[in-house]
Amino acid sequence: MDMNFSKEHLMARQLFHDFAVNEVEPWAEQTDEGHRFPKEIVGKMQELGFMGVPFPKEIGGQGCDTLAYVLLVEELAKVCATTAVIVSAHTSLAADAIAQFGNETQKEQFLRPLAEGKKLGSFALTEAEAGTDASGLNTKAVRDGDSWVINGTKVFITNAGQADIYVIFAMTDKTAGTRGISAFIIEKGTPGFSFGLPEKKMGIRGSSTCELIFEDCRIPLENLLGREGKGFGIAMATLDGGRIGIAAQALGIAEGAFEKTITYVKERKQFKTPIAKFQNTQFVLAQMKTEIEAARFLVYDAALKKDSGKPYSVEAAMAKLKCSQVASDVTRECVQLHGGYGYIQAFQVERMMRDAKITEIYEGTSEVMKMVISGSLLR
Amino acid sequence: MGINKKSIFVFAEQVDNRITSVVFELLGKARELSEKLNAVVVAVLPGYQIAELPKDLYAYGAHKVLISDHQALREYRTEPYTQVIAEMIRQYEPQIVLFGATSIGRDLAPRVAARIHTGLTADCTGLRVEDERLRFLMTRPAFGGNLMATIVCPDHQPAMATVRPGVMVKRLPEPDAMGELIPFEIDLTENHLFTKILETVREEGSKKLDIQDADILVAGGRGMKSAKGFEILRDLADVLGGEVASSRAAVDAGWQEKAIQVGQTGKTVRPNLYIACGISGAIQHLAGMEESDFIVAINSDPTAPIFNVADVGIVGDVFKIVPKLTEAIRKERTN
Amino acid sequence: MNIIVCIKQVPDTKEVRIDPVKGTLIRQGVPSIMNPDDKAALEAALRIKDGMGAKVIALSMGPLQADAVLREAMAMGADEGILVSDPQFGGADTWATSATLAAAITKLEYDLVLAGRQAIDGDTAQVGPEIAEHLGIPHISYAKELRIEGDEVIVKRQFEDRYQLLSAKMPVLVTALSELNQPRYMTPRGIFEAYREKQVTHWQRNDIPVESENIGLKGSPTRVIETNPKVMKAPGTKIEEDVEKSVQYLIEKLKEKYIL
Repeated sequence: MDMNFSKEHLMARQLFHDFAVNEVEPWAEQTDEGHRFPKEIVGKMQELGFMGVPFPKEIGGQGCDTLAYVLLVEELAKVCATTAVIVSAHTSLAADAIAQFGNETQKEQFLRPLAEGKKLGSFALTEAEAGTDASGLNTKAVRDGDSWVINGTKVFITNAGQADIYVIFAMTDKTAGTRGISAFIIEKGTPGFSFGLPEKKMGIRGSSTCELIFEDCRIPLENLLGREGKGFGIAMATLDGGRIGIAAQALGIAEGAFEKTITYVKERKQFKTPIAKFQNTQFVLAQMKTEIEAARFLVYDAALKKDSGKPYSVEAAMAKLKCSQVASDVTRECVQLHGGYGYIQAFQVERMMRDAKITEIYEGTSEVMKMVISGSLLR
Repeated sequence: MGINKKSIFVFAEQVDNRITSVVFELLGKARELSEKLNAVVVAVLPGYQIAELPKDLYAYGAHKVLISDHQALREYRTEPYTQVIAEMIRQYEPQIVLFGATSIGRDLAPRVAARIHTGLTADCTGLRVEDERLRFLMTRPAFGGNLMATIVCPDHQPAMATVRPGVMVKRLPEPDAMGELIPFEIDLTENHLFTKILETVREEGSKKLDIQDADILVAGGRGMKSAKGFEILRDLADVLGGEVASSRAAVDAGWQEKAIQVGQTGKTVRPNLYIACGISGAIQHLAGMEESDFIVAINSDPTAPIFNVADVGIVGDVFKIVPKLTEAIRKERTN
Repeated sequence: MNIIVCIKQVPDTKEVRIDPVKGTLIRQGVPSIMNPDDKAALEAALRIKDGMGAKVIALSMGPLQADAVLREAMAMGADEGILVSDPQFGGADTWATSATLAAAITKLEYDLVLAGRQAIDGDTAQVGPEIAEHLGIPHISYAKELRIEGDEVIVKRQFEDRYQLLSAKMPVLVTALSELNQPRYMTPRGIFEAYREKQVTHWQRNDIPVESENIGLKGSPTRVIETNPKVMKAPGTKIEEDVEKSVQYLIEKLKEKYIL
C-alpha cells in the first residue's frame, strides 16, 4: 500500500533501498559480530545528504520531509538495524532538537554541520538513576562567570564517542523538579568531557553506546539550548519525533526478517515439500504480514502529521508501541520458521531478533508509550 | 570484371594483417546462403599491405575478394573504413552484408548502415533464407537473452547483419581454392570525421588460447568463492586438455578476467565439453554456452537453473568433487 | 561546455522471467530502470561538469513513463531533461530512433554527445553510431576512459585484445561501457528538486524536425516478425550421491561421449 506516495517519495525510497542493499547489507554481519561502528558507511551517507533529510536547504539539509526520513530509516533497518539507529539518533534527536529549539546562531553553528553531514550528533538524557523517571537527573549545570560548568554522568548514549555534537540535559535548579532541567549543546573535545567504554549489547551491536562523563566541564553560556528551565519540555518534544524514527527502525527490522523468511520457506523442503505449502507456515506468514501493514500505517501517519504541523505525540507513541511489538513478534516467528537454521548466524534472522528488542525499550519504553497514550485518552 | 550476379558481402575484418576468426565462420554461412539465393560470396577486405590475405578467404569459401589496400586503412578507424565499405556497397549493390559482431564490427556496421540508409540487425545467432519467398530471416537474442527475435529487412537493400562469433560454422578449408581478386580504388582524404590514433596498446593475456577456440572448457562461477577457488578448475582443465572460463559473477567479483567471461555480455562458446562448476545458470550465462555439445554441471544447490540445460548434473560440493574427478581422469589417462 | 546525454528507460532484464505455462515473457511487474551503459555515460558527463563546468542535458526517447529516468538524471545532477515522446515515434528500429534523436539534438547546442554503448533490452549498440552519422560528427565507441583536452576529446577505446587512444575534435559522440565508471547515487535533495522544482521538457512529433518517412514503425527498415522465449535445452540426468559415486558416474558418462 503506497498511501499515494508522491513520485519523489517513491524515487527516494528506491534510492535508500539501493544504497542499503549495495553499501550497507554486505557489512551487516561484520558490524554485528565485531561490535563495530560502521564508520565507512556513515561517511558515505554523510556525503549523500542522508544525515540531513528532513531539514531545510537553507540550513544545509536536503529539503525533504519527515516521511522521506522515515523511508530512509526503514530501508536501512531492513538490512542493518545498527546503521538505521545511527541515522535516527543523529537526525530526529540531536539535530531536530536544535532545529526546533535553537536560536539562529546555534542553528548556523551546530545544526548546519549536522544537516550537511559534516558532523555526527548525539542526544543524552538518560542517567543511571534516571531512565523512565527522566525528571530525576543528577547531572548538574552551574553558572560561573561566562560559562556553564557541567558535572555528572550520562548512560546508554547512542553515537557516544563517535559524535561531534551532543545535546544534553542537566539540572540547573534541583529544587524545581522537572522545571529545573535545561538543555545544552556540547562538543566532543571540550575539556572535562570524556566517554566511558562502549557497552557490549544484545543487539544493534555496532551502535556506539557509552557513558558521557562530565567533570567540571565548562561550556559557553551561549550553548544553553532554549530557555533555562525549559529542558524537560524540549526533551519530551524531541523524543516525540525520535519515536517516529525508532518506529521506522522497528518496522524495517520486521520487514527485513519477513522478506528473508518468505525466501527461505519456498526453498526449504521437508517431507519432500517446500514448507511454504504447509498451512501452519501460511497462516503464520499471513498474520505477520497483517501486523506489519498495520504497524506501517501508524508510523507513516505519525510522520505525515508531523509534516503537516499537526500534533503528533500520541500518534508517535502508538507507532513506536506497535512497530516495536511487531518487530519482536515477527522476528521471533521468523526464527521459528527457519527452524534450526534460524539459530545460525549466517541466516541473519537471529541477529534481527536480537536487534528488535531494544526498540521496545529506548527513547521511551513501551510502558512509557502506554502512559502517553492513556494520558491523552483520560485527560 | 566485377560482380554481375547477386552477391553476399562478408566484411573481412583483419587486425595486424591477421583475419579475425569469425570471418571464416561468416564465409561458411554465406556460402550456405549463396546456394539458396544463387549468389556469389564476396569478401570485402580493407587494409594496408594485405596482399597475402585473400588466399585464406578463398580457402574458407569466398568466391571473390574485393580488396582496398590503402595506407589510411592500416589500423581500424571508423571513418575511412565506413567510406570504403559504403562505396563498395553503392557500387556493387549486394543483397546481404555480414559483419562479425566484434568490437570493430559493432562499431563499423551501424555507421555504414546509417550512411547508406538500410536496416542492420545486431548480434545475430541465426541466419536463413526462407524457402518459399526467399526471405532473408535474421534471428537474434533480445531482452537480455530472454527472447529470440526474428527480423527481416523487406524494403531496403542490402540487409545488413552483425553475427555473433562462435555461432556459425566454418567450412573445411580448401587450401588450393582460387577466386577472383577485384581491386577497389578509393580516394581517402582525411576530413573532420577521421579520428586520430595517438597510441595502440596490445594487452597482456591476449596470448592465451581464446576460450572460443577451446574444445573443452571448465567454467567457474560464484560458487568457487574466490580467485584461489579456481585453482582446482585449472587442474581439471589441464588434465582434460581444456581451458578455464568464468561466469560474469566471478569476473565482476574481480576473481577472473573479462576475456574468459562466458555469457550474454561475454563470449559465446560451443565447445565439445562444458563443465559448469559453482555456476547457478542465470539466463545471461546460458545464452553464452547452451549450444555446447555436452554440458556437465556441478553445484551444491539442486534447484540451480544450470541443471535444466546440463546433460549430466551432479549435486554436490565442487571443492570435494572436482579434485577427485581430476585424480580419476588422470588415472584413466595413464592406464 | 554543452553535453547531451542520451538515456533510455529499460525493463530490468535481470528480473524478467518466463511464464512457465504460456512460455511468454512476463513483463508486468518488471521494474524499469535507467539503462546501465547510459548511466555510465551520464556519470561521465557529470564528472566533466564537476571538473571544468558544463551544462548537461539528459535526452530520452520513449513513452511518457520515461519521464522517470529524466528525473533520475536530474536528481543525479543533470541540468535539464528532455523527453521525446509521441505515438508516431513508436515501433521505431535503430534507424528511425537515431534519426529522431539526431533531429532533436540539432535543436540544441552541444560540444559532446554521450550515450551508452547498448541497451539491455535491445542489445544492438547501434543507435549511438547512427545518431553520429545523422549529425555528421565523428563517433568513438567502447570508451573505457574519456577526458577533454582543449577542443578535443581523448578516448581510450577498448578492443578485444588491445586498446587505442583516440582523439577527435568536438563536436563528437562517444558511447560508454558500463565499466567506464561507478555512477553516483542520487541525493534526496536532488530527487525532491527534480520533481518539485524542475520541469521535463516534452517534445512531440511537431517539435522534432525529422521527415515522416524516417520515424516510427513505418520509417524502420528492419521489422520484427516473430519473438519466442528462448527454447531451453531439455534437461538431462541429475544425481545427488556421495563424492566417490558422483565422480565414477561422471567418468562413465565422459567415456560414453568419447571425451575420455
